Amino acid sequence: MSSKRKKRGSEHLQRVIDMCKSIEERSLDPFNVDVDDVIAVIQKYFPEWELPEELCLDAEAIHHLASIIKLQGDWVKHRSTSLYTDPFLLEEKIRRLSKEELATLFLETWRPIIELEQISLHSLAEATKYWQSLLPLSERWLKTGSLETEIGATSREELIKLRILAEKPFLEELEVFWEELKHRVGGKEKSLYWNFIGADTYPETVKRAYMTSFLVTYGYATLELHPLEEEIFIKPFEKQRSMLGKKRMVSIPVSISFEEWTNWKGGKQN
Amino acid sequence: MKRKAYYTRKIKRATHLLFYRRHRKPGVKGWELKRKLGSDYPKVLKILDGHLEKLDLQVKTVFEGEKPTGEPTLEQLDKARFYITLKGGLVPKETKMMGWRIDDIAGLATAISYIIAKKGKAPREEVEELLRNKLPGWRVDINMNNYIRSGYLAEDENKQLYLDWRTRAEIDQKALIDLLLSKEKVLDGSS
Repeated sequence: MSSKRKKRGSEHLQRVIDMCKSIEERSLDPFNVDVDDVIAVIQKYFPEWELPEELCLDAEAIHHLASIIKLQGDWVKHRSTSLYTDPFLLEEKIRRLSKEELATLFLETWRPIIELEQISLHSLAEATKYWQSLLPLSERWLKTGSLETEIGATSREELIKLRILAEKPFLEELEVFWEELKHRVGGKEKSLYWNFIGADTYPETVKRAYMTSFLVTYGYATLELHPLEEEIFIKPFEKQRSMLGKKRMVSIPVSISFEEWTNWKGGKQN
Repeated sequence: MKRKAYYTRKIKRATHLLFYRRHRKPGVKGWELKRKLGSDYPKVLKILDGHLEKLDLQVKTVFEGEKPTGEPTLEQLDKARFYITLKGGLVPKETKMMGWRIDDIAGLATAISYIIAKKGKAPREEVEELLRNKLPGWRVDINMNNYIRSGYLAEDENKQLYLDWRTRAEIDQKALIDLLLSKEKVLDGSS
C-alpha cells in the first residue's frame, strides 16, 4: 500500500470517528450515519493496516460505529413505546401554547413530594446540652498552648498502664482472640459480628472490634455481609490464610457508635 | 385489638420515616422500610396510603428502572423508593404558595416534555432556545439552574440534559405528553 493511500485511509477513518463522536455527544440523529457505507470503508482499508497505531485507529472506528448502531437500536425501541412523540411536532405544539396553558397542563400531571423539615424537641435538647458543655473559643485556644513538663524516665509497667506497650506481644494476643472466636462459633460456621464484638462496656466493645479488624486483615477470619438484612457475620478460618495476591483486598467500614452498642445491648437484654 | 395496635404503631413510624427528610434526597428506599418496619411494610404502606387519601396525599412508589407491568415482586419493592406526594392536581393559584411562578412552571413543563420527546436526552442549548421563545433570556439560565438544583433535570459534561429523580417521582410523563397532544387537538379544532 502506498504511503499516500495509507494517509488517505487513516484520514477517512478519522473522519468517520469524528462524525460518530459528534452524533454521540450532541445527540444528533444516529440515522445520519450510513452504517453499510462506513463498514465498506473500514473493510476497504483493513487488509492494508500493519502498524499498531493504524490497527488502533481501525478498532476505534469500529467501536464508535458500534455505539452508533446502539443509538439506532435505542431510537427504534423508543419509537415503539407509548412515550414517543416527534420532537419537531412537539416543539411546534409547545411554541403554540401560551405560558398559562402550559402551566395548567403541567399542574394536572404534577404531584409534588411532601416533606417536612422541622427541628424536634429531642434534637433541640441535645443541641442545648452540647452548647452548654462547649467552652468559649478563648478557653479552647488556651488549651492548645504547649505545656512545659519535666524530663524523666518511665518504666515498662507505666507504659503498659498507659497502653503504649502491651502486656503480651500483639500477635500472641491476636491468636488468643482467634481461639476465642473459634470457640464461640463452635459447631456453627459463623457468628453475628455484633454478638462477637459486643461486650458489657463500650470501651471493651471498641477494643474487641479493633482486634477483630486485625483477625480479618491477617487472614484469621473473614466477614460475610448481608446488605439487605444489614447483617454482618464473622467466620473464623481453621488455619491462617494469606489473602495477599489471591483476592482483591476490600476495606469494610463498620460503625461502632455508642448508640449502636446501646441498641445491641438493649436487644440482648430483651 | 393487639393486631390493630401493632399496625397503628407501624403506621406512625412509617409516617415519620416518609415525611421527614433523612438523607440528601427525600423518600425512603424499600429495604430501609423493611428494616425499620418489618417484612410486612408493603401492607403498612397500603394502610397509610388509605389514611392519606382523605388528605389528598398518597404514598408514591418509584421503581428502579422500568415500572413493572404486573404486581411488583418483593425484590422490586425493596429496591424502589417511596415518597409522599399530592394525590390530586394543583390549581395555578396554589403554586404561588409553593413559591413557583407561572413562568417557572411553564418553563419546566417545556423542558421536561422536550427531553421526553428527544428520548430522554437533549442539548441544554436547544432547550434554552425553546424557553427563550416565551421567557426573557436572563430568566432562562436562572430557571434551568433551578430545575437542575431541585433534581428535575440533570446535566452531563457535554451539556446534555436528562430527566432526574424528582421528575421520575413527581411527574406522570405519559400523561403530560398525552395532555399536550390532546390540547393541541382542541386548538386545531377551534382554528
